[in-house]
Amino acid sequence: MRKKNIFNFFLGGLFILVSMNNMNGQENEHNDEAEEHGQEAHATAEEDGAVNTKEGIKEFVDHHLKDSHYFSFFADGEAGEHFGFPLPVILWDNGLKVFSASEFHYGEELAEIDGTHYKLYHTKIYKTDAEGTITYDERGFPANEKPLDFSITKNVIAMLTASLLLFLFFWGLARNYKKSKIPTGFGRILEPLVIYVRDDIAKPNIGPKYKKYMSLLLTVFFFILLLNLFGLTPLGINVTGNIAVTFGLALITFLIVQFSGNKHYWKHIFWMPGVPVPMKIVLMPIEILGMFTKPFALMIRLFANMTAGHVVVMSLLGLIFIFQNWIAGPTFFLFTIFISVIELLVAFLQAYIFTLLSALYIGMAVEDHADHPDDHSDDLPVV
Amino acid sequence: MWKLINDFSFGLFFWQIAILIVLILLLKKYAWGPILNSLNSREEGIKDALESAEKARIEMQNLKADNEKLLQDARAERDAILREAREMKEKVITDASEEAQKKADKIVAQAKESINLEKQAAMTELKNQVANLSIEIAEKVIRKELSDKKEQHAMIEKMIGNAKLN
Repeated sequence: MRKKNIFNFFLGGLFILVSMNNMNGQENEHNDEAEEHGQEAHATAEEDGAVNTKEGIKEFVDHHLKDSHYFSFFADGEAGEHFGFPLPVILWDNGLKVFSASEFHYGEELAEIDGTHYKLYHTKIYKTDAEGTITYDERGFPANEKPLDFSITKNVIAMLTASLLLFLFFWGLARNYKKSKIPTGFGRILEPLVIYVRDDIAKPNIGPKYKKYMSLLLTVFFFILLLNLFGLTPLGINVTGNIAVTFGLALITFLIVQFSGNKHYWKHIFWMPGVPVPMKIVLMPIEILGMFTKPFALMIRLFANMTAGHVVVMSLLGLIFIFQNWIAGPTFFLFTIFISVIELLVAFLQAYIFTLLSALYIGMAVEDHADHPDDHSDDLPVV
Repeated sequence: MWKLINDFSFGLFFWQIAILIVLILLLKKYAWGPILNSLNSREEGIKDALESAEKARIEMQNLKADNEKLLQDARAERDAILREAREMKEKVITDASEEAQKKADKIVAQAKESINLEKQAAMTELKNQVANLSIEIAEKVIRKELSDKKEQHAMIEKMIGNAKLN
């Protein structure tokens, strides 16, 4: 048991957060059985909190992928101890309610704020009655009312940290240039990346108007890159694998593209030049759909790639705890290292692709078609 | 799909947008603007430096060509001067030897002439002395035989005139 404990510690410490609900090892949480025996399962899981079953690991991975109201570094499932700190919860529910996530006691207790009961259930906060009953809708999701949750969650902390770091890095680089024309120290790593974004992403895809969009592209590139890299640290952060974050990023690209679109761009969407009239009518809905599929693809691509990477790494590590022998341990450990190195590449690649495609879409919106009115080769399909 | 929608957190979305927009604005003002400006000015500087280096290189080449030409001219001039000097030297030597020859010839000619003259004078004197001697001898001879000196002298004169010297 001690060995298991150490491994458990290692798993949490090496890769990702062990948030409290993972430990409970709840199965089939969405069916009636779970509803009926929820408390029972809860109790069983607490007795045997180690993550060494298929379901336990599935739960663990599932919860790692989600946001959290705690910043946990690791947890001891068997002892039910968590090492980390609770984060502030900010709810908008008939007025602003701010309290610490410690009120939830890692989901074990209800938080009673101003006479309303809140339950932390699978990292989401629901309004419940005094007993903490959760009802489910026909799809198996909790049907309880959700207050608007503006909590400073782990992902928000990660984004703030990343922003602060980015600001310090590039503010430092900017000040560096005042002293000398050639950057020193860490700036030598950052400068080629900045030049790369400018010369290989912005300039060829946007064209002569690229300067206006440099701030957006550079910020988005480094923001995604740093958060992707954060995801590879043992802190258990999965920001770019969160659909809300990638939605926000894609939405900004979408809005920028629509607001920079010139008349050629809109003409290409609503009345495609150079094709017969029936084709114009057929193409119109396709092009309008294309306006939305492009940023949608951006959102899904980043989300899916990062999520997949985390799932693979976590699952491989989980296999160590399922087999628990001296052959599986080192083998899957090496596999995990191998996949982690690939993930490092993916971290750069996804940041690059997101920025590149954003630049491409912006380029399509601002391109001057005067020189080649019949050339539509730039209307690339969604990659 | 429904799981994704259920997982969607509006709060996180809100914070993400807020953080990203603030970050873009902050970085634009404090980082990207100055960085891109510095990069641009540095690149301009490098371009200018390269261009001026190229210009300097061409100038150097021209200068080198000029120098080469000057050197060649100088060498040619030196050669010309040397050749002239050599010619002059030879001419001087030739002239001098010719002059000397002429002078020598002249001296020889003069010497010959004076020798001739001396010889002639000596001849004449000798002739006269021989004549006087002959006359004296003849006078002494003839005095014994002839009384008329004048007649005898004419006869001797005539005899000497017939007798060709040389």
